[in-house]
Parts: sequence; C-alpha cells; structure tokens
Amino acid sequence: MKNDNSKKDHTSSKTETQKIGRRDIIKGLAAVPVLGAFSYAWSRKNNIDQTFRKQMREVVNLTSQPVELAPSVKDGKPIRIGIIGFGIRGKQLMRAAGFPEPSWIDEQIKAHAENKQNTNYQSYMEQEQLNIEVNGVCDIFSVYSKEAAIAASNVNREGTVGKMGKEPRQYKTYLELLDAPDIDAVIIATPDHWHSPMAIEAAKRGKHVYCEKPVSWTVPETYELVKVVKEKGVVFQLGHQGRQTESYTKAREAIEKGILGKVNLIEVCTNRNDPNGAWVYDIHPDASPSTIDWTQFLGQAPYHEFSLERFFRWRCWWDYSTGLNGDLLTHEYDALNQIMGLGIPGSVASSGGIYFFKDGRTVPDVLQVVMEFPKHELSFLYSATLASGRSRGKVIMGHDASMEISDRLVIKAEAESTQYKKKIEEGLIDPNTPIYSFTPGKKGADGFATATEQYFASRGLLYTYRNGKRVDTTHLHIKEWLNCIRAGVQPSCNIDQAFQEGISAHMSTKALLENRRVFWDADKQEIV
Amino acid sequence: MSNKQMNKSYTNIQTFLLVTLRILLGWYFLYEGIVKIANPDWSSFGYLMDSQGAFAGIFHAMAAKTNVVAVVDMLNKWGLTLIGLGLILGFLTQYALFFGMLLLIMYYCSHPPLASVAYLMPQEGSYLWVNKTLLEILTMAVLMVFPTGHIAGFDRFITKWTKK
Repeated sequence: MKNDNSKKDHTSSKTETQKIGRRDIIKGLAAVPVLGAFSYAWSRKNNIDQTFRKQMREVVNLTSQPVELAPSVKDGKPIRIGIIGFGIRGKQLMRAAGFPEPSWIDEQIKAHAENKQNTNYQSYMEQEQLNIEVNGVCDIFSVYSKEAAIAASNVNREGTVGKMGKEPRQYKTYLELLDAPDIDAVIIATPDHWHSPMAIEAAKRGKHVYCEKPVSWTVPETYELVKVVKEKGVVFQLGHQGRQTESYTKAREAIEKGILGKVNLIEVCTNRNDPNGAWVYDIHPDASPSTIDWTQFLGQAPYHEFSLERFFRWRCWWDYSTGLNGDLLTHEYDALNQIMGLGIPGSVASSGGIYFFKDGRTVPDVLQVVMEFPKHELSFLYSATLASGRSRGKVIMGHDASMEISDRLVIKAEAESTQYKKKIEEGLIDPNTPIYSFTPGKKGADGFATATEQYFASRGLLYTYRNGKRVDTTHLHIKEWLNCIRAGVQPSCNIDQAFQEGISAHMSTKALLENRRVFWDADKQEIV
Repeated sequence: MSNKQMNKSYTNIQTFLLVTLRILLGWYFLYEGIVKIANPDWSSFGYLMDSQGAFAGIFHAMAAKTNVVAVVDMLNKWGLTLIGLGLILGFLTQYALFFGMLLLIMYYCSHPPLASVAYLMPQEGSYLWVNKTLLEILTMAVLMVFPTGHIAGFDRFITKWTKK
C-alpha cells in the first residue's frame, strides 16, 4: 500500500499531538449522519407497512386475537368415568383424558432420551388434569381389558416402574359397566356397529356419553339415539376432535363475514398411503377364541366364524364398519358443518372401488362422494384414497376468494372477484398472495406473516411447536364434554350435529352400495 | 487494536472505499437486528430447525430447548443491532467485526450450501459451497486487517484518549 504523507492524521505517529481537535471530531463523527438516513429509511418502511396493514384490515377484518381456550369448570367433585373399548382409539382417548398406559410413558421417555427434539413426554405431562376418575373398564379382549385397568390406575402418569393407584373393576359386558352406580359417564371407543347400541343403553341409564365417530352403523338406530339422548337429557359429545381446531373457528368467522363472497364449491380429501392408514392393523399375539368374546363382538353384525383379521381389522368389512364414509368422510364433513353450518345434504352420489388393498376387504379404498346442498347453493366434493399420500387440503371456493384450511388457514382473493375488483385494480390486493393467513397460537395474529414465516409455518415449523406446547385436540374435546357435564349444557359436537353427521354418512354409503343418487326428504326427515 | 494495525495508512480512495464498505455492512446488520426487535413474533426457532449439514444436530438441540431459543433470539436481535451500530459509527469496530464474524460463522455452519441439501428458506440466488454468508465473513476479515474505525469513527476518540 502506498504511503500518503498528506494523510498523517490517519496514523498515530508519536509526534502527533494526542489532543482531540476539530478535524478529529469531524472524522470521528463522520458516519453519524448515516444513522439519520437509516432512521429515515426505517420510518418510511414502517409507514408503508402500517398503511398496507390498515388497508388490508379494512378488507379482511377478522379477530386479531388467537382463539382463547375455554377455562375449565371445576366443581371439586371428580366425574366418574367408564371406558368401553381399549383398542387403538380407546388408548388414545384414555391418554387424552389423563390416563396413559405405563408402557406408553416408558416409550415417550425413551424417545426423548434418544432424540432431544422429541418433547412428546414433556408436552404430555403438561396436559391439564381433568378431575376425573376411571371406575370401570370393559373390553372383550382380555389383554386389552387388563391394559385398560392398568392405564386407569396410572393416576400419576408414570412409567412401568412408577407407583400405580387402585385398579378399577373390569367388566365382562358393557351392560354391566353401564349398570354400575359409581359411573356417571362413559367413553365409547368400540367398532362402528356398537356405537349407537351402547350409547343408547348408556343414555337410557342417564349416563353422559362421549362416543367415537361415526355416530351410528344403521339409519334406524341414529333416530333412536337422538330420541333417547334428548329424552334423558344426558350430555352427548361425538368424537370429532376437529371441533377444537383453532383454524376452523377462524374459517367460520371468515365465512360469516362474507370474505369469500358466494361459496359454491367445497373440496375435501383423505390421502393415506400406508397399511396402518388403510386399517391393516397389527394382530395381537395373545389373541385367540379363549381371550376374545367373539359372540359379544358380533352383536348385531351378521354371523361369521371367529376371525382374528375381522376382529383387529374390522374397519375393512361392512359387517362392522362404515368404511371411508364413517371413518374419514365424517371428519371432513363435520369440519365443514362446523365452519358453514351445512346440515344434511339434499342429495348424495358416490362411486369408488377396491383398487389397491386386495386383502379380502369389502369396503372401498378409493372413494368419491358428491353432496349437493341446494339450500346453500353449493356442492361438496369428497375424494379419498388409502393408497396415495399426495396432500390435498380442504378448499372452500367462493366468487371473491378461496380459503385453504389445514392447521393453518390461508385466504386468497379471486382475480375476477367483484367484491375486491377496485382493490385489485389499485394494486392493493394481489390475487397471487394471501390476503389473510392464520397460524394457530401466533401472538396477536393479524394475518400478515412475512414470506419467511409463511414458509416455516406451512411446514409446521412455527408456533404450533413454539414453547414446546402442542395441545392435543382430543384432550380439548374430552375436556369440553366434561365441562358441559359440570355446567349442565350440551357441547359443540352435540346430538343434533351427530345426527347430521350420521345421516350424511349413511346417505353416502347408500348411494355407493345402491349405485344411485340418494335424496334427503327434509319434511319427513327421511332418506329416499 | 495493535499499533501495527493502526500504523497502516491508506490513500484517499482506499480509505473512502474501506469506510463505505464498513458502513454499508453495518447498515445491513443493523436492519436485520431492528426488524427482529420490531417483530414480537420473530423467533430463531424455524431457522434453527431448518439447519442442515454436519452441525445440524447441535442447532436442532438448541431449538428443542425453549430457554435456549430465548437466549439465541436475544443474542441475534441485540447482537445484530449492536454490531450494526458499531460498524456504522466505527465504535469498537474490531470487536463488532469479531462478533459479527462469529454470528456469520454460526449461520454458515447452520445452513451450509452443500450440494446435497435443500432448505425451506427461499433463496434468491444459487449457491454451491460459497454463499453470501461466506463472502460476508471474508469481507469482515478484510475489514479487520484493514481497520478504519480510528480514521473515521468513534474509535478515533478512543485511540486518542487511551494514548494520553
């Protein structure tokens, strides 16, 4: 580097005076004006952002606060529960109610030890205690019955080495459990063909019911259940835990405020691609005619000789199951019924087939259902496959905007919208970028996430996991049911909603099996 | 700062370019810090989780702990802001450069532009092994070897005061 004698002040030559002179002050503060320019640029940017947000809020005026969880009603007295069915879902429900199997706790602790990112155990232990006790369990497979009793005694949520409480009584039949005087309410998690018969008997005895979906296996029992629940005034909750999904609440608000304009088409889907998702569940090694009460399993189902496959993979046969209609269409339908108040469709058409899982099943693994809602002037299209996992979200299509709902919610304006025509012309609204997006749990969500936030959130990397807290919707759904029992009111997925769910699913099955369009006679309240 | 470093003398154009480079780099850091402070929802969580390459495990482990994420958030917000101010004002310039490089090295290790990885973060360019973070690290190293804070910056006062 060339020396420049004129730049003496740049060096710290010993001959230089160390006093701070005018030149020093000018050079020392030389860059300060840059901060002024920075402040100006920053305030300009802020102004532009604020103006944009204000204008957008005029377009999409949704509540800016996250949905608050309802506080627990605690009257001090524990609610005494009985559980019928301790298979895959029964175990999940018991966990959500606060009674995990000790072996499950062991697995979660081990999973965390192997992978620190797995915080399921920590999240689970933070789950609120619901002030209930389990006084009776019933499962017709003796291994499950014993497991249910152990889980019910796991009052401290411990692993296998932990201290358990008192084991509840194991009942051989559901009727004995329902007759028990120390049980106020029951959770039913049995195969589909047992839902309504058990719920009816429970309601007749004045027991409150949390029943897994679908509500019924036949049409007549659906009517009977509604009648008994209403007569007895018990608190009935159907197991669509999606009712507790925050983004559905936001979606409902968006629909009510007319942000989508006239909705004319709804598209919902199921996409699974693994044997478990296709109901090819494991067969327990200890299962045999001596450990399973096969006669009780059959119930109102047609006679069939003992079959381990049918017992563990019952969803694959119409004899016990409602197929994709009852298992998965109902989740999608109930979500939209919650968001839009659809009610029962005017007509349903359906088609599908067994195209991939040729394992002797009688229910389709690929299914399409088209429901028409003349009252709302819209079509509802359900499309399902159990042999391809390509993700297709729930989409609600309106003339002015469309909304895609998953864990998040994204609304995009329509390029040809009437409502937003002026704003699109002014350049305020870009049909290619969301006019609103909602991510559950985000503080003060105003729906204007940055591009980076949107990328992370769409892949589940934001907020839902923040603070290590992921709230289990099944837990919330059970909690709502218990709160309603304590408060003497009906929950969100009450018997009326359950009736609409059940009838819609039955119409879909009927349309498929009878290969015709099936109609709902609203006056006679009958499927025709 | 050693006397050896400070004894360097530059031509006008050299001084001008080095100081300008320092200020622009400072501006860049300062804005990255300020936007994070201004956004109550900003968190390093997503970025940490998006880590790839040999060091990904360390960053994922950091993301798994809420209190660690809180510290990382704080260090990023205020670290970027203070480094930015230091570079613009020429205040404790060598320290600002040192900590700036440290932050950037962490970013580089967390998101190395390897041939085999794809990131969630949208990128506006194409990078293989060398990315902007690496160039920034090198730029800061150059500025460290050719210091200017004592020429145009608050460091000029510090130099004078400490010499008294």
